[in-house]
Amino acid sequence: MKIAKKIALSLYRHILRIRMIEEKIAQLYSQQQMRCPVHLCIGQEAIAAGVCANLLKKDYLLSNHRSHGHYLAKGGSLRQMLAEIYGKLTGCSRGKGGSMHLVDLTVGILGTTPIVGGIIPVATGVAFGTQMKGRNNVTAVFFGDAATEEGVFFESLNFAALKKLPALFVCENNFFSVYSPLAVRQPKERDNLALVRSLGIKADKGDGNNVLEIYELAKKAVASIRKGEGPYYLEFDTYRWREHCGPNFDNDLGYRTEEDFLKWKKKCPLDLFESKLIKNNILDLSRIENFKQNIQKEINSAISFAKNSPYPESKEMLSEVYAD
Amino acid sequence: MRINFSMNRQINLAQAVLEATAQCMRDDRSVYIMGLGVTDPKGVFGTTLGLEKRFGAKRVLDMPVAENGMTGIAIGSALVGMRPILTHQRVDFMLLSLDQIINNAAKWHYMFGGKMKIPIVIRLLVGRGWGQGPQHSQSLQALFAHIPGLKVVMPATPYDAKGLLISSIEDNNPVIFIEHRWLHNTLGNVPLEKYRVPLGKAKVVKQGKDLTIVSSSYTTLEAIKVAELLKRDGISIEVVDLRTIKPLDEDTIEKSVRKTGRLLVIDSAWGSFGVAAEILALVAEKMHHLLKCAPARITFPDAPTPTSWALANHYYPQVKDIINRVKKMLKLKQENQKRLGTVLNVPLDVPDAAFKGPF
Repeated sequence: MKIAKKIALSLYRHILRIRMIEEKIAQLYSQQQMRCPVHLCIGQEAIAAGVCANLLKKDYLLSNHRSHGHYLAKGGSLRQMLAEIYGKLTGCSRGKGGSMHLVDLTVGILGTTPIVGGIIPVATGVAFGTQMKGRNNVTAVFFGDAATEEGVFFESLNFAALKKLPALFVCENNFFSVYSPLAVRQPKERDNLALVRSLGIKADKGDGNNVLEIYELAKKAVASIRKGEGPYYLEFDTYRWREHCGPNFDNDLGYRTEEDFLKWKKKCPLDLFESKLIKNNILDLSRIENFKQNIQKEINSAISFAKNSPYPESKEMLSEVYAD
Repeated sequence: MRINFSMNRQINLAQAVLEATAQCMRDDRSVYIMGLGVTDPKGVFGTTLGLEKRFGAKRVLDMPVAENGMTGIAIGSALVGMRPILTHQRVDFMLLSLDQIINNAAKWHYMFGGKMKIPIVIRLLVGRGWGQGPQHSQSLQALFAHIPGLKVVMPATPYDAKGLLISSIEDNNPVIFIEHRWLHNTLGNVPLEKYRVPLGKAKVVKQGKDLTIVSSSYTTLEAIKVAELLKRDGISIEVVDLRTIKPLDEDTIEKSVRKTGRLLVIDSAWGSFGVAAEILALVAEKMHHLLKCAPARITFPDAPTPTSWALANHYYPQVKDIINRVKKMLKLKQENQKRLGTVLNVPLDVPDAAFKGPF
């Protein structure tokens, strides 16, 4: 492995932390205190970790409905995220957004939204704004395979290429839009990379469950963007383990096979990387246990912060409709 | 004291819009303007002429024909401190961008707990006449006014257009700024200096005691014409020009209705579920006890705008229709067609007899 030990351990810790947080949400969801949709990213964590490891605090991040991992990997506050999911006033959006509307301005997270594709032009505009202001921040935006079917995907890439914007477009292809498989949505000849490259945008594709590959591709992309070479598109194949929305597994529904799921589960981004790090003597069991204990402590404290926080008062309902 | 030479300066509404834009761009480097044709030789009916030369191509941009994407891009730029003005040469063209306007621009401040602001002005032009038909002459103020988080502005005079546009650009919310094409060439007194007309404040443009006409944009000109024609019959009309559709200035409407006891709303749009309907509902709920007769509205029929000028002459309300509605409310005899004379002779598909088409 060519990667520095420190970076490798940090990537591992991020994947582990996202996994443990998502598992905790799944576990507590049945208490019916998190009364909003949650789109868990279990199985897809490596992309968030690998890409965000290349972003600086001043860089911007925007994302879609399945954004817990992106938010956490960029450094978003766990306490505020959980409080938001619990509908509390101390949440990152003061209880007005929920899991689908995460924000943390202190680390450049400008918002996440669930309208498929809708965040892509907004992120492109953030890159455009920073360019107009003469700043050198990179703007990264995460979206799924279905978002590439939306008109705004093409519109945004076209403009980003036209203006050579400092934008990183990251497509997480998990092969399903809710229950609709890729095959009913896109012709099998479709090649997103060719499509994007035809606009003059650099593009790469990688294994979305291999964090080192993701890290290296993102590193190359971000470096190119920082040099002023314009936007970059990255696409990663991966798999969502649980149901589209909610804490459960749903392979019994029949829209995908148990066999397919087990095949992807064998390619668990956490297990694969863990074995690799152990094999390379970068990680051992006691270190893993140490990570787990610390993360667990952090999660417990954040859960209790969220649970003990006050709900917004009814007057909050009509506040912030308009800005002063 | 400074002598104000500009008091009597007359310019048209298009020039007033241009002047407001230029003064805001001069004073705030984060203001920029983007839209199809912004830099072309016609400059969006003269409202953007010369801006590119003065402020540069980086702040005055023509754009890809991608209304929804470009609206999202304007929103994103606002998140990092820019103040975009987006223009569309017709209301109809921007309907592709409703997703970005309604889902993102209108809600961003609210759904992220007040952490961010979207100061964006979207200028929309309403077409009318010379056969512009179903997809070039829609006036959709009601659609926007329905959405919490949006403000909707519709100026009637060059003075208000300049002052309201400056207020809109300086406002920290998304503002839908609707200009009627027939107003662009109308003249009015406009001070040269920068000034503001506050959003959310209607204006009594004619004092009267018998009946209140609430109007906006082009219908304000019609209301004033009606008020003048009725004066010779001894009927005193008060004209309230809304100027801002949302937030609606309920106080000014109430004050006028309290004075006259009669309300007629003219709205340049479909009647059902529209701005006029909203104002009648407001009066019915909160001030029905002030009314001497049932309130009424004059709007367009519930049909797409027809193209043929033979049909347009029936589609758009005429001054005589407004006069007769007023007389009916006052229990007076209907207007004698002959007395209105030349008012009736102007075809309804052109702003004035000098117009030779097309738009």
